[in-house]
Amino acid sequence: MLEDLLEKYPQQEDQLIEILLDYQSQKQHRYISEEEIARIAAHLGVSESKVYSVVTFYTFFSTEPRGQHIIQVCKDVPCYINGERTMRSVLEKLLGIRVGETTRDKRFTLEQTSCLGHCDGAPAMRIDDKTFTNLDENKIKAIISEYRGAK
Amino acid sequence: MVNIRINNTDLTVKEGTTILDAAKANNINIPTLCYYPDLDIKSDCRVCSVEIVGEKGLVTACSQPVWEGMEVKTNSPRVLNARKTLTELLLANHDDTCTACERNMNCELQTLANTLGIDENRFENVLEEEPLDSHNDAITRNANRCIKCGRCVDVCKNVQGLNILETMNRSHEMKVTPAYGKYLSDEECTFCGQCSSVCPVAAITERDNTDEVWRVLDDDRKHVIVQVAPAVRVSLGEELGSEPGSIVTEKMVAALKQLGFDGVFDTDFTADLTIIEEGYELIERIKEGGTLPMMTSCCPGWISFIEQRYPELIDNLSTCKSPQQMFGALAKSYYAKTENIDPENLHVVSIMPCTAKKYEAAREEMSVDGEHQDVDTVLTTRELGKMIRQMGIDFNELENTPFDNPFGITTGAAAIFGATGGVMEAALRTVSEVLNEEPLEKLDFEDVRGMEGIKEAELELAGNKVKVAVAHTLSNARQLAEKVKGGEKDYAFIEVMTCPGGCIGGGGQPYNTTDAKREERIRATYQVDTGMEYRKSHENPYIKRLYEEYLEEPLGEKSHKLLHTHYFSRN
Repeated sequence: MLEDLLEKYPQQEDQLIEILLDYQSQKQHRYISEEEIARIAAHLGVSESKVYSVVTFYTFFSTEPRGQHIIQVCKDVPCYINGERTMRSVLEKLLGIRVGETTRDKRFTLEQTSCLGHCDGAPAMRIDDKTFTNLDENKIKAIISEYRGAK
Repeated sequence: MVNIRINNTDLTVKEGTTILDAAKANNINIPTLCYYPDLDIKSDCRVCSVEIVGEKGLVTACSQPVWEGMEVKTNSPRVLNARKTLTELLLANHDDTCTACERNMNCELQTLANTLGIDENRFENVLEEEPLDSHNDAITRNANRCIKCGRCVDVCKNVQGLNILETMNRSHEMKVTPAYGKYLSDEECTFCGQCSSVCPVAAITERDNTDEVWRVLDDDRKHVIVQVAPAVRVSLGEELGSEPGSIVTEKMVAALKQLGFDGVFDTDFTADLTIIEEGYELIERIKEGGTLPMMTSCCPGWISFIEQRYPELIDNLSTCKSPQQMFGALAKSYYAKTENIDPENLHVVSIMPCTAKKYEAAREEMSVDGEHQDVDTVLTTRELGKMIRQMGIDFNELENTPFDNPFGITTGAAAIFGATGGVMEAALRTVSEVLNEEPLEKLDFEDVRGMEGIKEAELELAGNKVKVAVAHTLSNARQLAEKVKGGEKDYAFIEVMTCPGGCIGGGGQPYNTTDAKREERIRATYQVDTGMEYRKSHENPYIKRLYEEYLEEPLGEKSHKLLHTHYFSRN
């Protein structure tokens, strides 16, 4: 699958993010493996370190397999001040996992992210493509049970 | 020209100049940390922050060009407070056990803290300790000292074109590592050590082998000899406080004798030997249709580069060992035999401008008896400087002392091995005299000298026009390798040195090496050359004698066993 996708892109360094986004969105468990990073690096003529640097810079990308829903808690300053730690511990308790882990049923992965652009509604989190703001314990519980219900 | 004002002094400076350069040209000192001459401007550390009157935020002097009428304050309370805070924050995330550090008293962060008057840190140290990467023989990485200035990333990426070190993650989680946080030995790292030479702190250093040398020097059963590379004599003085380009050959020999070495020899001798073997190899390849262009094999970083990235070019590499390894092989065979020393008790140390030489000496095939490594310990110029300081030697007061024999009489051709183009020039001096069967009119091949990235020259050998090329830095070397891979047949001979300027700019040379200092060391190198009695390797009387007494003939059976090697694809 990666080979077919790479064929569509010119062998230029500035295509890196496009390739990563395109590939990760199609890939099961939405992550990019070590072998795939090596292949992409070879295709573009850049070092593996370069690709790994980009993958680890953007929280959108992952090098680990993820669950069905990706929960990303904002960790930047306004959220941090407005209860990011509470938000994180509520989620950890609710899901029974720590940040960076995936639930055993593979439904949820809990991650942190940089600013989501909702500082006015801090603390904020994103589940897949949807953003939730002004979070507190009750709100988080309601959101998660909704996702749990919607199988 | 643009009129500006810095700290109440009116200045006229060139348009496009940065505040930092404008200040420097006028003796106004602005402290810097991530800034390094010859490298990209990063403005990562923010230490050079200054205030522009009328502007809201502080700007970094290293990156901000001047404009007409700009008024700059480099030492206002606001600036001083910002600088101090930034530095305190750096220190709070740094292993600050300064007295137990390789860079103690030679550390840019420590110097900065001192300059800024940081007597205590208002911030608690929050360093999360990480393990060392000491998994190779050449370079040690200590993430706990890293201040993320980005200089190593810059040289690895832009000078060497390798980009093994990169910044990973973001914000306060940002780290400088190879991909996946792996060890350098897991990556296609050539151990050139340029990262260690630009590191402002002790985050990347050569693997320190000085303790091992002190130990063998103290062991009465051991006969300990040392060889010194051509480039060290024009840089050791600088390491010990003299001007760049100081030539300290004979004081260096005296210092090594004081340290207790039983024999102090010159790698220049085996550089001459390299020229004979490599010269004849080139002649043979030209005459008998061997693989051309032939490429030099003195530089271990370059060898790694070919083995890792261009294994299809392995046959182009000369089979000659490097001068360091030729010396080791002769020491453990010829010298041990003539001096009647059990190889078990013979310890060979080299002083090299290079970190990759540590790796080269440890390569499995670098052993003539299959039991002992030919070169036991490699020290960099910096490590020798350290030993001289440890011993308390007053270097400048030492009496000039010549190298010992049999490996002490050398030529100007060998001396120039240290500068980019030097091996080529030394080889051409010999090859053209052998092939043309007449003395050269002019010994200086100026086309191959100097700091230009890729140099070419054309000359006549035995009636044929022959083209040669010289490259330094792996970015430039890659261009030549690509050409050869693509079927370029024009060149007969290619010299490559991994480090900028050649070995005089090696990864084991004094800290704060810049192109300006490289030029000084190159100038000194050619000064050594012109001052020598012999300037062509084939005229070295001791080399002639070595062939008569022991080696018999260039490329002969003994030469092949002792002085030549083979390479492996490590792709």
